[in-house]
Amino acid sequence: MNGPALIRGFEVVIGLETHAQLSTRSKIFSGASTQFGAAPNTQACAVDLALPGTLPVLNRGAVERAIRFGLAVQAKVAPLSIFARKNYFYPDLPKGYQISQYEIPVVQGGHLDIRVGEQTKRIRLTRAHLEEDAGKSLHEDYAGQTGIDLNRAGTPLLEIVSEPDMRSSAEAVEYAKALHALVVWLGVCDGNMQEGSFRCDANVSVRRPGGPLGTRREVKNLNSFRFLQQAIDFEVQWQIDRIEDGLPIEQATVLFDPDSGETRAMRSKEDAHDYRYFPDPDLPPLLIAPEWVERVRVEMPELPGAMAEHFQRADGLPAYDAAMMTQSLPFARTYEALRDACVQPKLAANWLMGEVSKRLNAESLDITELPVPVAALAALIGRVVDGTVSNNGARQVFDALWAARGGDVDALIEAKGLKQMSDVGALEAIVDEVLAANARSVEEYRAGKDKAFNALVGQVMKASKGKANPAQANELLRRKLG
Amino acid sequence: MSAPLHELGVAGLARQLQLGQVSSVELVQHLLTCVANSEQLGAFLVTDPQHSLAQATAADARRARGPVPALTGVPIAHKDIFVTRGLPSTAGSKMLAGYASPFDATVVARLGEGEGEHAPGAGMVTLGKLNCDEFAMGSDNENSAFGPVRNPWDAQRVPGGSSGGSAAAVAARLVPAATGTDTGGSIRQPASFCGVTGIKPTYGVCSRYGMIAFASSLDQAGPLARSAEDCALLLSAMGGFDPRDSTSAERPAQDYHALMLRPREEATAAQPLRGLRVGLPREFFPDALSGDVEAAVRAALAELERLGATLVDVSLPRTELSIPVYYIIAPAEASSNLSRFDGVRYGHRAAEYRDLRHMYERSRAEGFGPEVKRRIMIGTYVLSHGYYDAYYLQAQKLRRMIADDFQACFQDCDLIAGPVAPTVAWRLGEKHEDPVQAYLADIFTLPASLAGLPGMSVPAGFGHGGLPVGLQLIGNYFEEGQLLHAAHALQLATDFHLHAPAGASGA
Repeated sequence: MNGPALIRGFEVVIGLETHAQLSTRSKIFSGASTQFGAAPNTQACAVDLALPGTLPVLNRGAVERAIRFGLAVQAKVAPLSIFARKNYFYPDLPKGYQISQYEIPVVQGGHLDIRVGEQTKRIRLTRAHLEEDAGKSLHEDYAGQTGIDLNRAGTPLLEIVSEPDMRSSAEAVEYAKALHALVVWLGVCDGNMQEGSFRCDANVSVRRPGGPLGTRREVKNLNSFRFLQQAIDFEVQWQIDRIEDGLPIEQATVLFDPDSGETRAMRSKEDAHDYRYFPDPDLPPLLIAPEWVERVRVEMPELPGAMAEHFQRADGLPAYDAAMMTQSLPFARTYEALRDACVQPKLAANWLMGEVSKRLNAESLDITELPVPVAALAALIGRVVDGTVSNNGARQVFDALWAARGGDVDALIEAKGLKQMSDVGALEAIVDEVLAANARSVEEYRAGKDKAFNALVGQVMKASKGKANPAQANELLRRKLG
Repeated sequence: MSAPLHELGVAGLARQLQLGQVSSVELVQHLLTCVANSEQLGAFLVTDPQHSLAQATAADARRARGPVPALTGVPIAHKDIFVTRGLPSTAGSKMLAGYASPFDATVVARLGEGEGEHAPGAGMVTLGKLNCDEFAMGSDNENSAFGPVRNPWDAQRVPGGSSGGSAAAVAARLVPAATGTDTGGSIRQPASFCGVTGIKPTYGVCSRYGMIAFASSLDQAGPLARSAEDCALLLSAMGGFDPRDSTSAERPAQDYHALMLRPREEATAAQPLRGLRVGLPREFFPDALSGDVEAAVRAALAELERLGATLVDVSLPRTELSIPVYYIIAPAEASSNLSRFDGVRYGHRAAEYRDLRHMYERSRAEGFGPEVKRRIMIGTYVLSHGYYDAYYLQAQKLRRMIADDFQACFQDCDLIAGPVAPTVAWRLGEKHEDPVQAYLADIFTLPASLAGLPGMSVPAGFGHGGLPVGLQLIGNYFEEGQLLHAAHALQLATDFHLHAPAGASGA
């Protein structure tokens, strides 16, 4: 493998900390709902408000999702992990501490493979731990005052920490995308980045190749892949500028401003909090028996990598197609359904990557919202295969199916007059006419000019008003020309 | 004419109610009068006669309709560390003055109206809320923001703490029973100082849900009453697994009264405690132990012996270390538990402040008393970066060793016995100047707290100035039945627990 690309002679080193909101219905330590978008403070119960006398009770669904993730990245699922309190004061942190995991997290190690150009690169994971989210401070709309919305307080998060294995913003984005696809695939996170369900902190440093690691700065709360890339790119240039100016880099936490495209320091190491972590005495150690891990393993969906391999091996799909078919679990499920219905794996993949994806993207729809029933699409592919309709004709039928959210494929072919000529006698007559009327082309073909043959095919298609089956026309012409 | 109503304990009142010789309403009216006449004691922080009488009326009506739980209609008062719906919950702190909880603590619900249709409560009537040291931090009840509690045996003396209001109210015959909480001795020591019976069960027996937290790994609720029998009845209603407290023990509910009554295999009529081995840790009888306390405790031990028990010498070598260990762990947890009192959502908020930080600082400076601040500072310090390993981690290691020491003792004995405190109740204000002197007086109650073991204080006689002395009994995990059995046997043979302070009750 080649060495990492350098920027102005510097190597970039990036590690990501990603907060994935777990898709449980209730919060991690209370029974309140995690639904997004409710009126402020309507989904905060006594526990979330930290009323005197309340205690946390762990949501096993959150643990189960952490186990699922751990298994998917081939990490160690810790048989014993510890919840700890991270103490700091902030108005949207009701208890004055966040319950998190510190010394012993539930998921330890593991890795995620990403595509870098034509190659695969393995990104090592340090850990993933369970914790609760804080509420939100609303600084607008309250005329000089701050509003506190505790609906989000206590929402379960899995914080996934990578090793500093990424060497460019592009790799960081690839990693974030792969991680996003995985957690959504596993059903542990809805992946909704606008709602903050998946957000990244990037630890960025630069160094001379082969030199010791530089001092890192942490860019907080990046909730889109584009911002992640922009923030890292800005940060790298800023750090190199400083080094080249002979200035030191100080460890700091910075925020990215999407409007200016710049990062700015939030706090430096000097005023970093002393969080006074200690084991939460309200929660006994989290014990995960091997049987629990096994049960989760059995219930897990096949992972995208394994499924893509299967599609290559069993369905004969090219690697690219197989990767496309496994871009998400619903996409893969749609492919499998279509493949089974039409028994044409490659055509099924072509249609999904082609017309289907094109229309979905154009209309900003998800594969789960596909208006064309899989059975209709399969029938259409069948009609292409048996020569009833050309590819062009099929596209028109597809548009009609899309518009009407389904329909009878044969009736649509008939109604639109797209049926190809299958009567050999009629086609033969057309071929004979074309041969008689194009003597020069026939001469040229016989003299060895292959191009002339294509002209004859074109004439046949034209004479049939496009309804001739090109393969059939080819065959007849060749036979007649001897 | 039978004894006045306020002289009767829980079991006695339950019988009277069952026989229809008294109604809950009459009882509550009588006791509310006693409470009103005893304001100088400072035991009650709040009563709500309308609220209590409504509960009593409902209890009488239920009893009239058919069979009811035995304690239905018997009055009880709650330490103000338990949150209650309908009565303010303050934890003895200005920080929570007037705070109205939207829910009842599990212990309160179980003793009272229950936790819903499928979990009916014992049906006891809440008479009011009882004074305590602020956030249960203290051992003389002088740290309450709402004034001290006086010892019913001597108004110039403290009642002990932190459940000082509970012990004083029961001793003064204002209420037959009270709830308390014990973190480092806060049930046992005031029970000893006021001459009542109190039990701190094994950590995890009573739910902590709705108990305003001081030190989560130590806090445990328990009853204070006039006898071991009453405590057994109350503990049966209070205890048991609660899914809302992750540290609550997943064991079936226990009938402690039946366990208390169950005769020992080797028992005889004259010697009900035959075969019981009572361990006396030599560290519980140091030179510093006050002579009057030692004499009373030794006499009670002799009584146990007369009842058939065998006294054996044991050792708890880390008894002295339990003081620094406790005063690291408890403040560490407290410093974090009390962070929620920030003036943002409820509780005291300073009237004026410049910015957010200033609001926190002023609100907490104004809302917390000096002992609470002292412990928050100690706790914050020992958890700080660079100090954690030297203090908190070290203390946790020693805590485990202290628990192991007890297990070694229980190889040679069934129960451990000794004094509850080195002296009888001290004078009001006596330990104001030097809080460490008060900390040192916790030496005999802290070890069982750190180990999570059940401990009990049983009246054992009187010391200087006719002040009560308690005998401490410590059992192995979940051996509350054995503790209560021994205490009950002692109380059948002695009458220390029946003595009432002169002029008590206000009746």
